Amino acid sequence: MFQTDTRKKPLFRKENLTVAALLLASTLSIITTIGILFSILFQAIEFFKLQSFWTFITGTEWYVGHNKSVFGAVPIFAGTFMITAIALLVAIPVGLGNAIYLSEYAGKKTRNTLKPMLEILAGIPTVVYGFFAALTVAPAIVELFELIGIEAAYNSALACGLVMGVMIVPVITSLSDDVLRAVPGSQRNASFALGMTHSETIRHIILPSAVPGIISASLLGFSKAIGETMIVVMAAGLRPNLTWNPLEDMTTVTVRIVDSLVGDQAFDSPYTLSAFALGLVLFVITLVLNMISLVQIRKFKKKYQINSL
Amino acid sequence: MTSNPFNDPGLAKRHRKARRFRRTTQLSIAVTMSFLLFFLFDMGRTAYPALWQAYVEVEITYSKAATRFTSMAVGKDYRPLVSRAWLRNIPKKIEADPSLMDTTQTQWVLATAQVDQYMKEHHNTLKPDEAVQVEALREQGKVALHWNTRFFSRGDSKIPEYAGILSAIVGSVLTLIVTMALAFPLGVMTAVYLEEFARDNWFTRFVEVNINNLASIPSILFGLLGLSVFINLFGLPRSSPLVGGMTLALMTLPIIIVSARAALRSVPASIRQAGYGLGLTRQNIVKDHVLPVAMPGVLTGSIIGLAQAMGETAPLIIIGMIAFIPDAPGSFTEAATVLPAQVFTWSGMPERAFVEKTAAGIMVILLVMMTLNAAAIYLRKKYEIKW
Repeated sequence: MFQTDTRKKPLFRKENLTVAALLLASTLSIITTIGILFSILFQAIEFFKLQSFWTFITGTEWYVGHNKSVFGAVPIFAGTFMITAIALLVAIPVGLGNAIYLSEYAGKKTRNTLKPMLEILAGIPTVVYGFFAALTVAPAIVELFELIGIEAAYNSALACGLVMGVMIVPVITSLSDDVLRAVPGSQRNASFALGMTHSETIRHIILPSAVPGIISASLLGFSKAIGETMIVVMAAGLRPNLTWNPLEDMTTVTVRIVDSLVGDQAFDSPYTLSAFALGLVLFVITLVLNMISLVQIRKFKKKYQINSL
Repeated sequence: MTSNPFNDPGLAKRHRKARRFRRTTQLSIAVTMSFLLFFLFDMGRTAYPALWQAYVEVEITYSKAATRFTSMAVGKDYRPLVSRAWLRNIPKKIEADPSLMDTTQTQWVLATAQVDQYMKEHHNTLKPDEAVQVEALREQGKVALHWNTRFFSRGDSKIPEYAGILSAIVGSVLTLIVTMALAFPLGVMTAVYLEEFARDNWFTRFVEVNINNLASIPSILFGLLGLSVFINLFGLPRSSPLVGGMTLALMTLPIIIVSARAALRSVPASIRQAGYGLGLTRQNIVKDHVLPVAMPGVLTGSIIGLAQAMGETAPLIIIGMIAFIPDAPGSFTEAATVLPAQVFTWSGMPERAFVEKTAAGIMVILLVMMTLNAAAIYLRKKYEIKW
């Protein structure tokens, strides 16, 4: 009555083929990572054959001339961290405030209107932010500081940092929002039962529980800020400038990468190759930040046995 | 008198504190939202004048002299007002329609950017006597702002009044076709493998770690990969939509994989078990039953990935897609530019007239992006299944 499926064997062979194809497709992400690493690494090694690694890491002078060039990247790193620090000073408080409002106070309807607006903000291309920084924010800052008699550059680190901060706000908001909502309701209820006010519950119970997740979100924002290119290319300076004054122009790693690769210099000149050395630094820093961020979020998930996120 | 054991003398203060905290968070969301609104308003305000372009009504003499020195076609007084770029087309016009030769016609002709900026009351370098002339012509109705169709129907130009965005739009479309043709199938295949077939072993975990990392590697590093591998190693043509699309595909891949996995995970196990119960192979279950149910979710994620790829600039600059492209590219291997790269190029132009073009380009990008996002939200709402 029941017939054996005579096609059984070929059918399974076909399935093996499918699985093999799927497996092959999923190796692409590994190949890409390795590809990025090696394409940067090989050129960076070429660079360090020509230039000293020690000068690159600790030198405070970056100078490219016809006969003699010095590649000391400290002013470039300093500029990157200055702009990133300003961005994070804006983005972390605002992002966290947004997340607390969305997850704790906002009603369902408010949430449903605010979320898509945040998605729009998150989707604005960085080249647009760059134009906004250069056209609107930077002149406004110059005028503002002129009022109190302080001179600011038109490509100040402050303008870049502020706009970059706005760019990161949706990143930190949406991740922290997810994390805050994932804190188990039992904790909240226990706190309310003890007579704590809503704000006390948030500050003393929910936020401390969510700390690993918030750290993870901030680190992700940090790595986004370091790797951000268009805002700084359009609104920051080109001149490596070692200073503590955010009103001066400063340059960043990504600006130098773009600048040395769009020029018409030979591909094997130290100037062009320096882009890859800087790229390597960028790769390593963002990789480490992402790893720490992943470990933190895993810690959070393990503590409260959350499977989503 | 017995005192109330629940009476907390600090209660009023605590409640005030609670209200203050709540207000602080409300302030932060209000700041964020007002930034978004101010930003959109500011861009729209800057972009709006680009929808209009100044034209002058002048007599154009189609003559032999005009084919050699195109400025001869216009009366001497009008020469500083008429766009040189427009006049350059006169020989072509005569070639297309020989009957024009040796005729004089009164026509609405593209004015220079300076006249255009003067009419819009922006900063301009029009000489005082020219300004008087324009003013007089305006009273006669011979200078006017017309609806700017040229902006959407022409390619880039170094001359601001002649620059349009069409070549960048075509470049973007070609690039995104390559991106989606690669990233969509490969992303969905990876997601299907990881969710439906993979065992939990070191390889699977390694792939997952890699995907997580790719999602947060700075985009400019993908540009370095494209430059050294696709262009220098494989020898693919620089500045082409092919290389740009391939580079963007690698960036879009993680977004598609993550959303496709989430969509597949939300398909209940009972569907798979029913399939096994009927004697289907795993391949059949995934292909005919799991994937179709998960498809809306997969598409939503892909559209969001597409919107992000459309706005990406940094890696494309590295692989040379900021070239000057006056004509729309006709194939995947020709040099091309994309919308955000065009915006970047224009933003670096010294002429004031390019500011509004840049903002208009940005509005085009934002409109496409919002349409894509709205489509994604619509898809999510319409086909969302609650199990």
